Amino acid sequence: MASANAISQRGPVRFWDRLNISTKRVIWAWAFLAVPIIFYAGIRFYPTFQAFWLSLTNWDLLRPAQFIGFANYQKMFADPVFWKVFQNTFLYLIIGTPVSLVISFVIAYYLDRVKLMHGFIRALYFLPFLTTAAAMGWVWRWFYQPVPIGVINGFLSSVGIPQQPFLRSVDQALFSILIPAIWAGLGFQIIIFMAGLRAIPSTFYEAAKIDGLGDWAILRKITIPLLKPTTVFLVVFSSIGFLRIFDQVYNMTSNDPGGPLNSTKPLVLMIYQTAFSSYQMGYAAAQTVVLFTILLIVSLLQLYVLREKK
Amino acid sequence: MRKAYVAGLAAGISFIAMGAAQAVEIEYWQYVFDSRVQAMDQLIEKFEAANPDITVKQTTFPYADYQTRVVAAKVAGQGPDVVQLFYGWTDQFVNGGLIQPLDPAVFPHEEIEADFFPIVSAMKRGDDYYGLPTAVRSLALFYNKALLDEAGVEPPQTLDELLAVAEATTKRDGSGNITTAGITMDMAGQDHHWWREVLVRQNGGVPYDDEGNVAYNDAAGAAALKFYTDLQTEKKVGLVGFMDEGQAAFRAGLAAMTIDGTFRLGAFADNPFEWGVVELPADANGMRSNYSSYFANGIGATSTGEELAAAQKFLQYISSPEAMEIWLETVGELPARRGVALTEANLADPIRGPFLKGLEYAQTTQFYDEAAQRQTAIDMVNRVLLEGQSIEDSLAQAATAEQAIIDQGRQ
Repeated sequence: MASANAISQRGPVRFWDRLNISTKRVIWAWAFLAVPIIFYAGIRFYPTFQAFWLSLTNWDLLRPAQFIGFANYQKMFADPVFWKVFQNTFLYLIIGTPVSLVISFVIAYYLDRVKLMHGFIRALYFLPFLTTAAAMGWVWRWFYQPVPIGVINGFLSSVGIPQQPFLRSVDQALFSILIPAIWAGLGFQIIIFMAGLRAIPSTFYEAAKIDGLGDWAILRKITIPLLKPTTVFLVVFSSIGFLRIFDQVYNMTSNDPGGPLNSTKPLVLMIYQTAFSSYQMGYAAAQTVVLFTILLIVSLLQLYVLREKK
Repeated sequence: MRKAYVAGLAAGISFIAMGAAQAVEIEYWQYVFDSRVQAMDQLIEKFEAANPDITVKQTTFPYADYQTRVVAAKVAGQGPDVVQLFYGWTDQFVNGGLIQPLDPAVFPHEEIEADFFPIVSAMKRGDDYYGLPTAVRSLALFYNKALLDEAGVEPPQTLDELLAVAEATTKRDGSGNITTAGITMDMAGQDHHWWREVLVRQNGGVPYDDEGNVAYNDAAGAAALKFYTDLQTEKKVGLVGFMDEGQAAFRAGLAAMTIDGTFRLGAFADNPFEWGVVELPADANGMRSNYSSYFANGIGATSTGEELAAAQKFLQYISSPEAMEIWLETVGELPARRGVALTEANLADPIRGPFLKGLEYAQTTQFYDEAAQRQTAIDMVNRVLLEGQSIEDSLAQAATAEQAIIDQGRQ
């Protein structure tokens, strides 16, 4: 029995033995990597490509998908609501990203110098990041209410300022949603900025001090340039976050999602409504393709602009 | 020993096989809502006791997923035998081939039309009925007794009285901000039905013509919209977004009146103040209208043979007078058969009475995409209140947008 086994195994054993140790390592590595790759290809990449195909059909879940060319795209580009939503999405991005980065950098910069209760203050800033967006959205939604229950309007009235409509205004609503969204992301950005600040060797600062540079010059010539990798990461990360904003908007306007009059509706919410409220899957896929393209372009653009110059 | 075991096994198998030949299992689907699930459990128990050869399996899904699940099951070829659907989804369900027409031999049309409230016609497409309701809903005006007593006014019977009561009960702070609303304004709630089926008609118009096209873009529609927006702009007795939602304002005791449906009775039951219900106010000529809606039960398209026969039996039972009594007691929704609903005891009931009276003259809107059509009404009011658009322009824009949804739905 034993000899029979030995003979039958001789072929493969020899082949495996002939490989050197590094090749074997590579094979093993790929064997393990194959599992997540196949998984990812199945649940991420395949549906992504499928979405491109669906965007050229009129699929509505019920009837089989029919190829209709670029009709979905024509409809979308002719729809004023789409352009409004498109504009909103970019407002979230171009206001949200710089404002949140500046605030978090300033906080991180000064927090880095605070010794007293440093950990406690840092934890306070980080806390909102741990909170569920839905819960936070609802709390802020009640903050913004008119009197008698709205905290902010209660304060305004008590000091004699007329109450503001906030979420019930086509001009203020988007900013009212942006504030908690920025606040929620601050904690994470502060932690990353602080890690970046700590990674700058203190010898640079000592040398600068000896040369007699002021705080402002040190900030401009040393701190900000050396923080560039951190900044690049945060710019890309937070841009993607603001382009995909959904939770805050949906939870703060759930009676009239994205309202009033579409003034707060981001692209993701429009996709959600088209797909799961109106069941126009093909049209929703076309909107998804647009979102994908925007995300891709914005990310590539940022990487290019903030690239390492050689 | 072994022989006995084999014999036992054989007996068991043949018993199971015999059982399979006799018993039919059918599936019933509805969305999750505690009292509805309990009521259905009771109905299934009674039905199975009367029909020992049929078992009914109840499957439920969260409301938000419900339609998607039904559609997905159909795509997978495994739909339910009896399925609950909102009357406004009928077009989607019929066009998608999710439900089949009811066999007139089992469900005679004359009987349906004689016994049920006329709103059951919303389940009819061509010559076929596609489902029957167990219970129906209607609207009424809820009022806070304490606030009305404090102001020394009686619940309103007409629109003019409504304005007077709202004015008498509204409280404002020093800067003129509303602290207690006379009436809630919430188009995202039930107000869009009030506007569409009641106010437009009371101003002499109709919301839709006989073909189902938008017909409110006229003087009647404009008058109705003006009446509604005036509550905030002219009379200042309500504020859209006050306390976030109309029903929240009423529950908090910060609104004297709100328009809502039978389905809100359960939520209002625990209100820490006395409240009452009256019919929706009539116009100056005494004309009243109401909006009624319902969930119906239909038979799944994939049901055939003895399962179909069992499904028909089950549908007959859950639309029977007995089932409607149980539903009324457990869920609180009004019976869909006139005979069961309009009893003297029910009509004299201070809560059920006004809702039941409303059913007699209620209208049922033929929706194509309820959420999107409601959105057009929300936007119409917002354009007037937030952007200062004129009543006529906003109405015209809403009519165009809603007609586009209707056209899309008919494709």
